[in-house]
Amino acid sequence: MRRIMVGVKRVVDYNVRIRVKPDNTGVITEGVKMSINPFDEIALEEALRIKEKGLADEVLAVSIGPGDTQQQLRTALAMGADRAILVQTDAAVGPYSVATIFKKLVDSEQPFLVLLGKQAIDDDNGQTGPMLAALWDRPQAVSCSKVAIDGSKATVTREVDAGLETLEVDLPAVLSVDLRLNEPRYVKLPDIMKAKKKPLDVKSLADFGVTEGAAFTTVRIDAPPTRQKGIMVKDVAELVAALQKKGLV
Amino acid sequence: MSKILIIAEHDGSKLNASTLKSVTCAAKIAGASIDVAVLAADGAAVAAQAAAITGVSKVLVIDHPANVEPLAAVLAPQIAKAAAGYTHVFGPSTTFGKDVMPRVAALLGVSQVSDIMTVEGPHRFKRPIYAGNAILTIDVPADSKVVATVRVASFEAAATGGSAGIEKFAAQAALPSHTRFVARTGAATGRPDLQSASRVVSGGRALGSADNFKLIYSLADRMGAAVGASRAAVDAGYVANDLQVGQTGKIIAPELYVAVGISGAIQHMTGIKDARTIVAINKDGEAPIFEAADIGLVGDLFAILPALEKALGG
Repeated sequence: MRRIMVGVKRVVDYNVRIRVKPDNTGVITEGVKMSINPFDEIALEEALRIKEKGLADEVLAVSIGPGDTQQQLRTALAMGADRAILVQTDAAVGPYSVATIFKKLVDSEQPFLVLLGKQAIDDDNGQTGPMLAALWDRPQAVSCSKVAIDGSKATVTREVDAGLETLEVDLPAVLSVDLRLNEPRYVKLPDIMKAKKKPLDVKSLADFGVTEGAAFTTVRIDAPPTRQKGIMVKDVAELVAALQKKGLV
Repeated sequence: MSKILIIAEHDGSKLNASTLKSVTCAAKIAGASIDVAVLAADGAAVAAQAAAITGVSKVLVIDHPANVEPLAAVLAPQIAKAAAGYTHVFGPSTTFGKDVMPRVAALLGVSQVSDIMTVEGPHRFKRPIYAGNAILTIDVPADSKVVATVRVASFEAAATGGSAGIEKFAAQAALPSHTRFVARTGAATGRPDLQSASRVVSGGRALGSADNFKLIYSLADRMGAAVGASRAAVDAGYVANDLQVGQTGKIIAPELYVAVGISGAIQHMTGIKDARTIVAINKDGEAPIFEAADIGLVGDLFAILPALEKALGG
């Protein structure tokens, strides 16, 4: 069985305007639309395309989060994942604990490839991929914009500050994906119906020997400082004058 | 007392400015002693530059033929060995640091603090979450090693002029061969580097084509500025990905940022929050970019750009 494991995180939808709670303990998530982390959606799409090319037999979607995360996993199944595992917890789980759980999952599921988003758009940590690769002692490639599977190897292109970097990695490997890798498919209604019958296992943190939640203590969460209101100019001459006044030209 | 090891970013011969910014961040921890580790095939030249950074006590050179390219899987086990005896290990939050530092953290058995923007104490830091729409203050347990990346846009480069000692360090870690470097392609443009430039001119989807982007290059050259772009412009293929400014591209803090034909999506604004002065040029007066701009001009960029270039001494 050639299996691909994909990490799927439930996050506040990227179109939602984030508001900090008045008591500074978090951001408002009540009544807010939740979605699959957009980078994870791209990871899932890539896994499905690899399977559709006949290079994999099964796509397994895994997530860690509250019971409602089943909604995102059902969406993943509707997109085309074959089965899903939810490690259910209401506690915050830090990246190192996530990587620890994922490591136990790769031990039992034996995927030849793990695909993840390069970061989740809530915590913006970007740690899970490299951490899993470290604990697994396998190759990693962060921010992939191109993936080519060739037998026991993969050639990947990743987006780096200086441009593009190409790596060759032995499989199994952990790849975290960037925006330009692909455009995820839309889910069709019949697929949503079909997804209801696909297997979705629910497990607990205890099943993985993980008790602790987040590694760090949240002291407080603040709204970012706002910029001072600027001025509008009516033409190029006024723009240049304004820049000169600030000593910028 | 805090003992901080900073992992140097470099291209084999030249130290990256991100390292000097990481030193500034580390120096915010009162009474810290700061060392820099240079991992390279032959790190002598880079180590000499690191030793000149004011505030650095010692430079560790970890030479190994496998370090010729910065592969996280190869570097991380050596850094984890070198980290023994240090309370903190910092790297820049660039694509280099984002790749290698979480791997180091996992080998050390800790979570990482991503994107430090403010140091509040040896174990208390502020960092942006939700694309900078919220600022999180966290405490790392006092008995835990702190592995962190530094949001380089939040810190000035440290001064140079020091003369720290340079020592060889033999990491003696087992290095994997499962990850192999093939190639790196980047544009050597002759223009200032986007990440560290004091002036940046950026273009958005409204430019309409790769050819029209010449207007941006031309204005940038007139102003001695680096060129950037919105995600929309990169996705449309007008420019290469390494010019992207924003949450998933580069986070920059220039003195002057000129946004041309960029509507100002939240993801883009995240990348320019720390710019000193933001100028917005857009034909849509309702575009969100004007909410953040210090100077706004509503109008047709195809008329404004040539006129602006001329007014600036064309």
